[in-house]
Amino acid sequence: MLGITDPPVATPTFIEWGWFSISIPNLIVIGVMVLLFALAFVLPFPGSHGKDSTGDES
Amino acid sequence: MSTEQSVEEFVPTTWTGKIRKSAQRALPYDKLMPETQPAYVASWIYVFGVLTIAALAMIIVSGTILSIEGPTWWHESSTGHFVNSLHFWSVQLFFLFMVIHLWGKFWMAAWRGNRARTWITGVIAFVISIAAGLSGYAVQTNFDSQWVAFEAKDGLNATGVGAYFSVTNLGQMLMVHIFLLPAVIAIIVVAHVLFVRLRGVVPPIDAALVEERNRVEEMQS
Amino acid sequence: MSVSMRQREIERQPWAGPKRKYDIVKEGTIAVVVVAILTIGLAWIFSSPDEPALTFKGWATSAPENFIVTTVAEIAGTSDSASYGPPYNAGESQAIGPISPAQWPGVTQPIDPVNDFVIIPLKSQQQPQGVMTALQQWDAATPDQQMTWATNLDTAINDPEGADGDPNKVPDGDYGPTTTLTAGLFHMATSGALDGVLPAPGQFFNTNSTKQIMFLGDGSYLDDAGTAFHLQGDLWGMMNETGNFPGQQWLMPFSFWYQLPIFNSADETGFAATLTANGDIYILSIIGVFMLLLIFVPFIPGLRSIPRWIPLHRLIWRAYYRRRTQP
Repeated sequence: MLGITDPPVATPTFIEWGWFSISIPNLIVIGVMVLLFALAFVLPFPGSHGKDSTGDES
Repeated sequence: MSTEQSVEEFVPTTWTGKIRKSAQRALPYDKLMPETQPAYVASWIYVFGVLTIAALAMIIVSGTILSIEGPTWWHESSTGHFVNSLHFWSVQLFFLFMVIHLWGKFWMAAWRGNRARTWITGVIAFVISIAAGLSGYAVQTNFDSQWVAFEAKDGLNATGVGAYFSVTNLGQMLMVHIFLLPAVIAIIVVAHVLFVRLRGVVPPIDAALVEERNRVEEMQS
Repeated sequence: MSVSMRQREIERQPWAGPKRKYDIVKEGTIAVVVVAILTIGLAWIFSSPDEPALTFKGWATSAPENFIVTTVAEIAGTSDSASYGPPYNAGESQAIGPISPAQWPGVTQPIDPVNDFVIIPLKSQQQPQGVMTALQQWDAATPDQQMTWATNLDTAINDPEGADGDPNKVPDGDYGPTTTLTAGLFHMATSGALDGVLPAPGQFFNTNSTKQIMFLGDGSYLDDAGTAFHLQGDLWGMMNETGNFPGQQWLMPFSFWYQLPIFNSADETGFAATLTANGDIYILSIIGVFMLLLIFVPFIPGLRSIPRWIPLHRLIWRAYYRRRTQP
């Protein structure tokens, strides 16, 4: 009836768990955010085992 | 040091002089632009603050181009659409980096040692950025802005804020989005960074324990 | 000195321990270059969403019946806009118990749907003789008479036993000039004239789109489009975006509350019904409290100790914690 009930462009796919629903693009961005956060904690930082101005490493 | 007076010797006699002296004492250049950093500042989590600022710079650059050409340019020009895409993705990156930065600073308890002001300005910058983002969605002059304005007005109206911050008013939102909120964010971000330089990066939670352990080991050896 | 006292001293004093070389300007430059490349790459590959704005012309053309029914509701004062309350007009607003913050600033952006959406736009344009006569008849009538005509038509057009939303099936009745006024506005809309006139009839400049958004939102056209794009509020709509793009995910802590059954209830009475009817003010209050908690984390006992209790900091500073001054 309404022309707009069929959107002319692709709408994202949604993942649904009961009342929880999220679009794939949003899920990807949030996933990347969590992944970067985790990686920032575990990846070794370059130079953190190198020399510095006073102390030295064991 | 022959011609220049040292900060401590300088006796100010004017408002200007008093402000200069307190600014120089609080934030001398070697503190503002240091060449060293405490050795514990060595983790990838530390890069997300500066990445957030870099994304903000991209937002401002792309937004400035959009504002010069006007609010409907990007619908008609492919160059304009590309600049809009730059604006869109720099905003996505800005929030992504900022949230990681916030999580990281929470787990470091970065407010310790008189650094509460740094934490508070950071959270306020986050909250105002959300308002700035919302006003940006409202000034796209497309279906998305019609929808966002229609949906968002109810929450704002229910709190009374909508009486003065009207997401359905394109003219008001445009000015709020391209001048007022960016100006507020810029001021808060500058204050945030100055507070970091003023107090330095927060030491590790177990810094004293490490010091104590090393002292004991030194005595034993 | 105890370890905890020494710790507090370390935190408050300029760092006197080991240092490493650091170049703040170089770091900033690298960050800008990296983010610029990322942004240009993402913009190049994925572009950005831009769905054209809906128009009154589009509404009246593709959903004429809904446009007409909505116009009648505006004349009769039964639309959402007419009964919205502050800041648009006097009336009830959402409240937590007796507290209704929307009432405090009062009506700051007055909207009178019958005049702002129908009568004034009609008068701002040259109209066919029939509409001119209807406008004169409307102006000459008392407010009571106007209301009777409009209510009669509004009731008849929405009668589930009768017309049921179909303007062609409205039986004869005492509608005065309201049918002609509605038809006049409908023609203005289908011709595209209403789109240009509605925000500021008779004015040269218009920068305030509030009236357009409110009128558009009173019908089903905008709502159906929102549903088609999967943007409804009870479906995490504020977070989503038209097309295949990420939206405002940072609104997730806000959208979350609207999904809870208690704020999404079909009940007519009871606790959930109250919360649903006043959902916006309750949810924004909850968000306000969480925001204050976040701002004042440094001063809230317990909350500020979580990083100590869950020692993720040992990962962040693992290299420093492993340091030995003596090999």
